[in-house]
Amino acid sequence: MSWSWPYFFDYMNNGLMLRGVWVTIWLSIISMTIGLGLGIFAALMKMYGNPAVRFISEFYIWLFRGTPILIQLVIIYTGLPQLGIRFNVIESCILGLALNEGAYLAEIIRSGIMSVDKGQEDASRAVGMNWRERMWLVILPQATRTIIPPLGNQFNGMLKTTSLCSVISMQELMRSAQMIAQIEFRVLEAYCIAALWYLLLVSIWGLIQTRIEAHYEKPFGSQEAVSNSEK
Amino acid sequence: MNDTNSVVSIKDVKKAFGKNVVLDGINLEVSRGQVVVICGRSGSGKSTLLRCIDQLESIDSGEIRAAGHLMGFKEFNTKLVPLKDAAIAKQQRDIGMVFQNFNLFPHVSVLENIMLAPMKILKRKKSEVENEALALLERVGLPDKKNAYPRQLSGGQQQRIAIARALAMKPKLMLFDEPTSALDPEMISEVLDVMIDLSKAGMTMIVVTHEMGFARAAADRVILMHDAKIVEDAAPRDFFEKPRSEHTRLFLSKILQH
Ligand SMILES: Nc1ncnc2c1ncn2[C@@H]1O[C@H](COP(=O)(O)OP(=O)(O)OP(=O)(O)O)[C@@H](O)[C@H]1O
Ligand SMILES: [Mg+2]
Repeated sequence: MSWSWPYFFDYMNNGLMLRGVWVTIWLSIISMTIGLGLGIFAALMKMYGNPAVRFISEFYIWLFRGTPILIQLVIIYTGLPQLGIRFNVIESCILGLALNEGAYLAEIIRSGIMSVDKGQEDASRAVGMNWRERMWLVILPQATRTIIPPLGNQFNGMLKTTSLCSVISMQELMRSAQMIAQIEFRVLEAYCIAALWYLLLVSIWGLIQTRIEAHYEKPFGSQEAVSNSEK
Repeated sequence: MNDTNSVVSIKDVKKAFGKNVVLDGINLEVSRGQVVVICGRSGSGKSTLLRCIDQLESIDSGEIRAAGHLMGFKEFNTKLVPLKDAAIAKQQRDIGMVFQNFNLFPHVSVLENIMLAPMKILKRKKSEVENEALALLERVGLPDKKNAYPRQLSGGQQQRIAIARALAMKPKLMLFDEPTSALDPEMISEVLDVMIDLSKAGMTMIVVTHEMGFARAAADRVILMHDAKIVEDAAPRDFFEKPRSEHTRLFLSKILQH
């Protein structure tokens, strides 16, 4: 069996494949969003919590960064039912991806917060802001500038990591390709299409990321860059 | 506070960082509308004193009353109970502080720097706050910079915005920690002029500075700190012409050599 262009083009707009693409997109976005929330929470716990709180956060980060995401997914979906804790496929994927992502983002967010000048804390206290106001109005918005580039790279990774969910039968892009490959055993064509889709998604994200970075960089840009963009 | 005219009342305040005693029994009274200049050599505790008044640092013993608050504590059955972060933040709203490095919020525009606290903390109406912010910009002479970002401004301009930001909270007391020492010489006077106007308008001010011209022009009292203590507290004239402390004479001779 040699390479077949007709199959290749046929798979390109195959309904199953397109559904897989869509699932990969929303699964990535939802997991990333929840992971970001977890990451901010864990970072703040680790930086400002009392020793017990700090321990919980550090344990979480250590556990989820120290084990393969594949094992985490399999334990959540097929292992936990043994203890009577059941999640369906979609829940398991979101939970596993978000928990894993949160652990990585926590460290990124922590270093972002640490990159903010110490004087900002003084200045925000001096105008009468309490801890929450200092965090949300002054520190985190400035940490964003440092956080955004690695965060973008994490999302790039997330788009591809979702493919591991195929192992617990989530019908995302990878799983779609597997299923299509099995129909006529056009394995190479099916996986090449899937690979192309990942490339496309990641490239589109790259363009979006550039724009987001430019937005957060604007107040810090060179004098000319800022005044030009204001015209 | 018994004396209603007293804006700052500091009693026997002590503060150490580890074994390093930085404030060693400080007593200081400042009444409404007074301008007090503090000077002294590096490490004598000037910044720490200001930071303790504004509760950016906590004190080890003694008490500080400022802008009508017992800073950092509440009285409970004649005992002093330390306040939590949010309660301290409320006290801090009544005290404005200006830093050597300006510390403007770099991620928002000049106007937003001034409006942020009144709007987000006092939850005041935007239109009202904006009008006041524009008036403050006018007052510090930078009405055309409202849409600029801090990074686009010179040091002198940034410091004037920092003063406007502090004034936007309508403080009863303004603290300045070497407001001009990070500035190029040609920008110093633009900031001092704003501060002199402020003192003429009746603001109570404590200013750590080595600008003796400002002390002569605007100060009611000049204080010298030496090794964690206040060693001289006099009217400017007396401070410069007949200082009582040996430390002051030494300090002045060094300043005048420069
Ligand atoms: N956060 C801190 N932790 C430990 N030591 C500190 C801290 N802040 C200040 N110090 C020490 O306290 C002493 C007094 O410092 P402070 O900044 O109050 O002096 P200063 O009079 O403002 O000096 P300068 O003119 O250099 O600003 C110094 O020895 C300094 O090293
Ligand atoms: Mg100092």
